[in-house]
Amino acid sequence: MKMVKSILPKALIIFLIFSVMCGILYTGVVTGLAQLLFPAKANGSIIVVDGKKYGCELLGQQYTDDAHMWGRIMNIDVSTYKDEDGRTLLYASPSNLSPASEEYEELVAERVDKLRAANPAMDETAIPVDLVTCSGSGLDPHISPAAAEYQAARIADAREITVNEVRAVIDQCTSGRFLGIFGEETVNVLKVNLILDGILEK
Amino acid sequence: MMTLIQYVLYLVILTALAVPLGAYMKKVMFGEKTFLSKVLTPCENLVYRVMRVDKEEQMNWKKYAVSVLIFSGIGLVFLFLLQILQGVLPGNPQGLSGVKWDLSFNTASSFVTNTNWQAYSGESTLSYLTQSLGLTVQNFVSAATGIAVLFALIRGFIKVKASGLGSFWVDMTRIVIHILIPLNLVISLLLVGGGVIQNLKGAQTVSLVEPVAVSAEGEILEGAVIDEEAGTVTADGILVPDAEIVTEQFVPMGPAASQVAIKQSGTNGGGYMGVNSAHPLENPNAFTNLIEMISILLIPAALCFTFGLAVKNKKQGIAIFAAMFLCLCVALSCIAVNEQAGTAQLAQDGAVNLSMTGQAGGNMEGKETRFGIAASSTWAAFTTAASNGSVNSMHDSYTPLGGMITMLLMQLGEVIFGGAGCGLYGMLAFAILTVFIAGLMVGRTPEFLGKKIEPFEMKWAVLVCLATPIGILVGSGIAAVVPSVMDSLNNGGAHGFSEMLYAYSSAGGNNGSAFAGFNANTVFLNVSIGLVMLFVRFLPVVGTLAIAGSLAQKKKIATTAGTLSTTNAMFVFLLVFVVLLIGALSFFPALALGPLAEFFGSTM
Repeated sequence: MKMVKSILPKALIIFLIFSVMCGILYTGVVTGLAQLLFPAKANGSIIVVDGKKYGCELLGQQYTDDAHMWGRIMNIDVSTYKDEDGRTLLYASPSNLSPASEEYEELVAERVDKLRAANPAMDETAIPVDLVTCSGSGLDPHISPAAAEYQAARIADAREITVNEVRAVIDQCTSGRFLGIFGEETVNVLKVNLILDGILEK
Repeated sequence: MMTLIQYVLYLVILTALAVPLGAYMKKVMFGEKTFLSKVLTPCENLVYRVMRVDKEEQMNWKKYAVSVLIFSGIGLVFLFLLQILQGVLPGNPQGLSGVKWDLSFNTASSFVTNTNWQAYSGESTLSYLTQSLGLTVQNFVSAATGIAVLFALIRGFIKVKASGLGSFWVDMTRIVIHILIPLNLVISLLLVGGGVIQNLKGAQTVSLVEPVAVSAEGEILEGAVIDEEAGTVTADGILVPDAEIVTEQFVPMGPAASQVAIKQSGTNGGGYMGVNSAHPLENPNAFTNLIEMISILLIPAALCFTFGLAVKNKKQGIAIFAAMFLCLCVALSCIAVNEQAGTAQLAQDGAVNLSMTGQAGGNMEGKETRFGIAASSTWAAFTTAASNGSVNSMHDSYTPLGGMITMLLMQLGEVIFGGAGCGLYGMLAFAILTVFIAGLMVGRTPEFLGKKIEPFEMKWAVLVCLATPIGILVGSGIAAVVPSVMDSLNNGGAHGFSEMLYAYSSAGGNNGSAFAGFNANTVFLNVSIGLVMLFVRFLPVVGTLAIAGSLAQKKKIATTAGTLSTTNAMFVFLLVFVVLLIGALSFFPALALGPLAEFFGSTM
């Protein structure tokens, strides 16, 4: 008991010191430096054109129009977030489904049918796996180059432009691996669609 | 080929950074001069003056243990109250209400024990104040506590006929000021530079390119025709009454990068966002992913070298590192092969392309395009080997065998590198067990680093090693017979059982990752998982300190020709064998009911 009495005040003081040091000073210094050095990135990479916020470069959206490029399958959440006026806001979450169950097999089969129907030009070509799967965040903003190429003919048809024009836009929105090694090649779906719609410049 | 190079480089970079950090941490442990001393030592001394502690104090093991427990207890109570009261406190631009008592208890236990299990979703539950003053602080100090206990154990090996293990306050201060803060300042700035958010603004909204129609019941109306100007929605030619047209998306904001840095490097793992580092604002690209992923194992791996240097036996540090590294490589290969292969259910007889041309291929369910299979599998192996628990892909959606390996890594007791400090002291308990078993086999008195291993050390070492299996098996055993737990499962059949087993394995290894489809936010689960986390954290802490106290009092025996070497390949093999023996035997029945049953069921 005597030991506890001698330790308790010291433990309280050091806890207070660490709270200030790690909770307030550390967070504050990082926030300050971040806002000073990388303001656009620190504030969420939001795409603003003429004062309107056209989306967040890093968050995926759902596209179903034939003239737009489609992204990963989204497990849409419209029950968690509302804006100040009570209007529903879109968000998404991962599926957390096991990829080895029968239900999952049926679900993927439906997605395959839907994609085949929408992309008649691709006929029986095997569909790139990222188009029939839900991502880890549910908000994946990217697809693979293979998945983008799979849709090029459909987009060209719907917009009455050539496939090569679509491919040029895809190329423009493709990022390589970091240092040529780490991660994967990605196509930013939102950017492709904003360029196709003429909102972002080519 | 590129993928293979990627795997190898992740391991090479980790080792290359761990060696110098290990040497640096050894200097900090002994209070020696480093290149940062000029700036940091005055801060350190200021803390001692405010606290009125004696820098040279030598606590005996009981005092050290009581200090750890009281300090952690204060953290637990503070974090619990902070969450309950966040609704009336400042730093809450989203206007979130106070957290319920059971969830608060769970989250407080989770962060104080360095588990960082998330029964909550950060962006919708916790205010910025709770995140920074509550969670970030515990991220720092729970990691520091683990390292401090390890330092005390190391002193137990070094000291001869002494009773003191150093001062907990001095160890904590040095670890936070000299190691964790400078390291994380660097990591967080690299992360912001890479695109992770760091601000104090409220959440933003942005326009959607294609609006989404939602029925009055909250269902998404797929294929409906939306007339935005008239505000009407028609599905199959019929007007849907009261349908809402959603035109904007929610974009979470806040001080993320600073917390992400320490949750990675302190083997904490509790994400700023609900989906952790899979979220594009928390981990936007391959560069940030590299930084975050290496940070997971950096300190635990470096501590092996610190240990070797501190006990003046570099080879011993390397031997322990080798045993851990070997297990990590095997686990990583198993996960990578299974995920790249995918499943028959996904392949659809060839209708879906799982190859690696122009894409990552394989099982992409629950994985992000920018990380693909290589960066996701490596992360999964790292995070479950270390008791980190952050994720960049959803383990719930891994193939049955890939998911099983992540579970097994936690069930081994989080000693394959494990948590900051606690992984290595757990492994040293296994090393004590190993020399005992090896000693019995050859008929020699067991000794480790010149200290005799006697019944007192053995009893505690066994408790340290068995805390995890007991916590997991008792916890999940009870949960399996509670009817309400069924409602928390997201998948059916054997995979549903795996979800529950994973939850208790994660708590029992103080890991914190999840098969995230499992809804753990119920009163029973919050409380039982919270208790398991506290048990498996503090029993080994006390056990380790008891061993340290006893070892410190012993004399050092000279190495002779009869001494069993603890630095050669034979010892590394024996150590791995003992770890696998205890883990595999404890968990084989449970794994057979979950992932193995699912695997055989899905391939028949």
